[in-house]
Amino acid sequence: MSMESLLETFFAECEELIEALSDGLGRLAAGESGDDLVNAIFRAVHSIKGAGGAFGFEDLVSFAHVYETVLDRIRGCLLAIDAEVLRVITRAADVLAELVENAQNEGSGTPSALAQVRSALEGYAGVAPAAPLHEPSLDFAPMAFEPISFDLDTPESGGRWRFVPDATFYRNGHEPLHIFSHLRAVGDLKVSCDFAEVPSLDGLDPDGSYLVWEIESSDLTEDVIQQTLQFLAGLYELSLVEDTVVIPDVEDQPSRPVSADTPAPAKTANATPASPRATLRVDPERVDRLINTVGELIINQSVIGQKVGGLGLEQNSELLSALEDYRYLAREIQEAVMSIRAQPVKPLFQRMARVVREAAEATGKDVEFVVTGEGTEIDKTLVERLADPLTHMLRNSVDHGIETVAGRAESGKTPVGTVRLSAFHRSGHVVIEISDDGKGLDREKILASAIGKGLVPEDARLSEQEIDNLLFMPGFSTAAEVTNLSGRGVGMDVVKTAITSMGGRVTIATEFGRGTTFSIILPLTLAVLDGMVVSVAEQTMVLPISGIVETIRPARKDVKSVGPQEDVILVRGSFVPVVALGKALGFASPHQSDPTYILVETESSGILALSVDGIWDQRQVVIKSLEGNYGNIPGVSAATILGDGKIALIVDIEAIAQLAASTGSGPCLSEQGIVA
Amino acid sequence: MSKLCVLAIDDSLTIRRLVSHTLNDAGIEVVTACDGVEGLEKFPTRRFDTVITDINMPNLDGFGVIEGIRTAKQNRRVPVLVLTTESSGAFRDRARSLGATGWIVKPFDEAALVDTVRMVAGRRRS
Amino acid sequence: MSNATAWADDDVVEFVSLTSGGQAFCVEIAHVREIRRWSEVTSLPHASPSVLGVINLRGAVIPIVDLSLCLGLGPSPSHARNVVIVASVNSRIFGILVGSVSEILSIRRDEVRKNPTQMKENEPNYITGLLTVGDGEMLRILDLTELVIQGPERG
Repeated sequence: MSMESLLETFFAECEELIEALSDGLGRLAAGESGDDLVNAIFRAVHSIKGAGGAFGFEDLVSFAHVYETVLDRIRGCLLAIDAEVLRVITRAADVLAELVENAQNEGSGTPSALAQVRSALEGYAGVAPAAPLHEPSLDFAPMAFEPISFDLDTPESGGRWRFVPDATFYRNGHEPLHIFSHLRAVGDLKVSCDFAEVPSLDGLDPDGSYLVWEIESSDLTEDVIQQTLQFLAGLYELSLVEDTVVIPDVEDQPSRPVSADTPAPAKTANATPASPRATLRVDPERVDRLINTVGELIINQSVIGQKVGGLGLEQNSELLSALEDYRYLAREIQEAVMSIRAQPVKPLFQRMARVVREAAEATGKDVEFVVTGEGTEIDKTLVERLADPLTHMLRNSVDHGIETVAGRAESGKTPVGTVRLSAFHRSGHVVIEISDDGKGLDREKILASAIGKGLVPEDARLSEQEIDNLLFMPGFSTAAEVTNLSGRGVGMDVVKTAITSMGGRVTIATEFGRGTTFSIILPLTLAVLDGMVVSVAEQTMVLPISGIVETIRPARKDVKSVGPQEDVILVRGSFVPVVALGKALGFASPHQSDPTYILVETESSGILALSVDGIWDQRQVVIKSLEGNYGNIPGVSAATILGDGKIALIVDIEAIAQLAASTGSGPCLSEQGIVA
Repeated sequence: MSKLCVLAIDDSLTIRRLVSHTLNDAGIEVVTACDGVEGLEKFPTRRFDTVITDINMPNLDGFGVIEGIRTAKQNRRVPVLVLTTESSGAFRDRARSLGATGWIVKPFDEAALVDTVRMVAGRRRS
Repeated sequence: MSNATAWADDDVVEFVSLTSGGQAFCVEIAHVREIRRWSEVTSLPHASPSVLGVINLRGAVIPIVDLSLCLGLGPSPSHARNVVIVASVNSRIFGILVGSVSEILSIRRDEVRKNPTQMKENEPNYITGLLTVGDGEMLRILDLTELVIQGPERG
C-alpha cells in the first residue's frame, strides 16, 4: 500500500466526515439538539484532525484543533449554542472543508475567512489551546499487573446459572449475544434460551424482558461472571441452577433468530446504533473499464442484431426471441453498471451551501438557502463538473438576484431572500434548478447593455427568451459595476460552455420583480446518447436527438436563396436559415442533390435547418471520447461505434451553429429577425 | 515464535489503514475494528498480543473498550495502548486508572509505534 | 521532453524497424502496442492532411497519421497494402501508417548516436538519433512524441 493510496483513503474519509459535519450542523441549525448530535459533530472534526496529523497537514490540524476545542466545550456544556456560536461553528466547517480541499489539491492558499473564523473560535475556546503537535508522541505508563486483589484460583469452578436481564438491560442498548461473547473470553461457555416466560401477543409489553438465558460453564465461577459483567450491575439477575443437563452450544442456537420473533430483544435492535451506511470503495478506473466493456457489449449486441436481421428469419423464430432477450439483458446490465457511478448530489449541494453563505456574507445580504432533492443521483463525473458552474450561478443569484435588505423592504418583500437549489429527474434527464426570489431579470437593461457592447445590432427585435439568453453570450455582464464577488472575469458564457460540454443545456425563467430560475438540464449519464444517424459528405454522423426539433423535406419552392451561399427554408410561415452540415465541418461536400433538412434548436442562433444527405436511423449510441487520443475537433463533441464496428462522429449542434456563424455560411445573431 | 497479532480499534479508516500498514510492514498481524462495540466483539475471537484503541469513537469509546477488556480477569495482562489526539492529563489519568498500558499521541511516529507494540507484547510473553 | 531519448537504465534498447516513403526508420519498441493491417478510417473534420481519420481499436477511438506525409515524403501510395503501428505515448494512443515493418533490433545503448542534423527552431524534429545496423545501413530513430503533438493539436 502506498502513501498515495493512504492519502486517497484520508481524503475520501474527510469527504464523508465533512458531509457528516454539515449534516450535524444543519440539524443543529434546524433546532435539533442532544448529546449524540453534538458528539457526532465533534467526532467528525476530531477524526479529521487525528488522521490529518498523520500526513503532516499542519494548517488543517491546527485549525481542527481549535475548532474541536470549541465543540468539546459545547459537548461538555461549558458553552451554550446561541445564534452567534452556531454561525461561527458553521463557518468553521466551511473553512475546514476548504483546508481539506487545499490539502488535497496541494494548494498553498489560505481560506480567506481562516483568520477571522479562527479568532472567533479562539474566543469561544477559552484559553487559547496549545496545538498538540509537539507533544511527546509516546507517554508510557507502565502498569502494575501482579498485585491487584484477585485470587487467581477459585476453588469451585464450573456450574450452570440463569441469567435474567431486566428491561433496562435492553433499553441501554445491551445485546445478550455481546454479553455472552464477552463472558466467553473469560471462560468456557454454553448458552441456551428459555422462552417459557414469553407471554402470548395480547399480554405482551413490547418493552418488557421475558427471555431467560441459561449459562453453563466448566471453569467460570459466579464471582468471575459477576466481575466480568460488572458494568451491567443492576441490569440482570444471576442465579445458580443445580442440576446439569446437556445444553446446545451457543453457535448451534444463536440468539438472533430468537430475538427476531420476540419483542424484548427486538428492542435491542433499535438501541444498537445503526452501523454507518455500507459502502464499497472501488477504484473509479475499474468502474470506467466496466462501463466501457458494457458499451462494447451493447455494440456487439447490435452488430449481432444487424447480422441476424439480415438473415431474413421469421418474426417468431427462436433465434430472434433469444436475441431479444439478449438485447434486454444487455440493456439491464448497462443500466445497472451506470448506476454504480451514480451519486447523490448531496455533497455537492452541501458545498454550495458554503458558497451561498460566503456570498451572503460578502454582499451583506440576508439569504436563506433552501435545498431540495439532495438524494437525486447523477453520474459522479457530472457531480464534479457541476461544482464550478453552480458556484458561479449561486454567487450570481445572491449578488445580482437577491436585493439588499433595504431593497427588499421597498418592494414589500421579507427581509430575508431565498435562494433555492433543487435537483430532480424529469423524463430521462436530471434537472438542477437555481432559483431566487430576487428582482428578476431586467430585460430592457439587458438588451440595452448588449446593444451598448455591440453584441446585437441596435434595431434587433428579440423575443423575451432571446433577450434572456443574451446573458450567456461571451462578453456580457449585467452588473453595472463589477462587484468583488461575481465580477471575476467569468461570465455566464463559461457556465453555459461547461454545461454544454456535459451534454446539457441551461434555460432561464424570470419574472421582473419576482425572481429568476435557471434550469440545468443534464443527460442521466454521460455515456449514452439518443442520436439520429445521418449521412453527410459520404460520412456517417450522429446528431443528438435532444437538439432536434423535427426533420423536414420541404418542397423545392420553399427553399430560397438569399445570398451566394445562403439559403433559407420557409417553415410554417417563418424563414429558417440553412446550414450545410458537411460544409460547416469542412468536408469537401459533393453537391447535395436532394438534401434532407433537420430543424435544430440552438442557443446562439435559434432554429436552424441542417442539411444532410440522408437519415438512416435513430438509436442510442455509446459515447466515446475523442479528446483522450486526439483532441478537440470543432463541430464534433465525441464519437461512437456503430453496429458494423465503424466509427461515427457525434455532431455538436451548438458548435456547428457557431462555426457557421463565424464562417459566414450561415446566420449569425444579427439575422435573428428572419427567424422571429 | 508466531506472528504478533494486534487488535486496532479506531473509527477513522485512515488511521486503521495507517496502523495496519505500519504494523504489517513490521511483520505484525492486525485485526481492525471501527468502534468500541466492534472492538469488544472481535476481542474474544482470538488471542491478541496487544490492543490499540482510539478514545473518541461512536457507540462505545476507548474508555469503554479498556473497561470491557479489563473486567475479565485473564485479560488483565493484555496490553492496551491508547492511540489518540487527546493529550490532556485528565483523559490520560482516566485511561490509566481503567487499566491502559500506554498512551500514544497522534500523529504517531511509525517506528515508535512498532517498538512500543513489540515492547508491550514482548513483555507479556516473557 | 522526449520520451524516446529517455532510455531505460538497461544497456540494450529494442527498436522496431520500418519503412515509410521508401526510407528506413525505427521506433523504440516501448512505445509500440501492436501492429495491425490497415482498416477503413472515419475522416475527421478540420484535421491536418497527415491525420487520415480514426479507427475503432477494440472499442477505443484512435487517430491514424500517415507517417510519410508527416515526414514530408508525400502521401502513402496504397493504404490497403500498408500496416499500422499502434503506439502509445504519454498515455495517448494513436496509429501510424507506415509502408512496412521488418524486424526487431536489439541495440546497445552506446551504439545510439545523436542526430547530427540541426533542424529549424520551430519545425518539429522527428528524428532523435541514428543507428547503424549489421550491414552498414543507417536507420533514423523516430520521436513519436513529436508525431502525437503534430496530430491533434495543430490539426
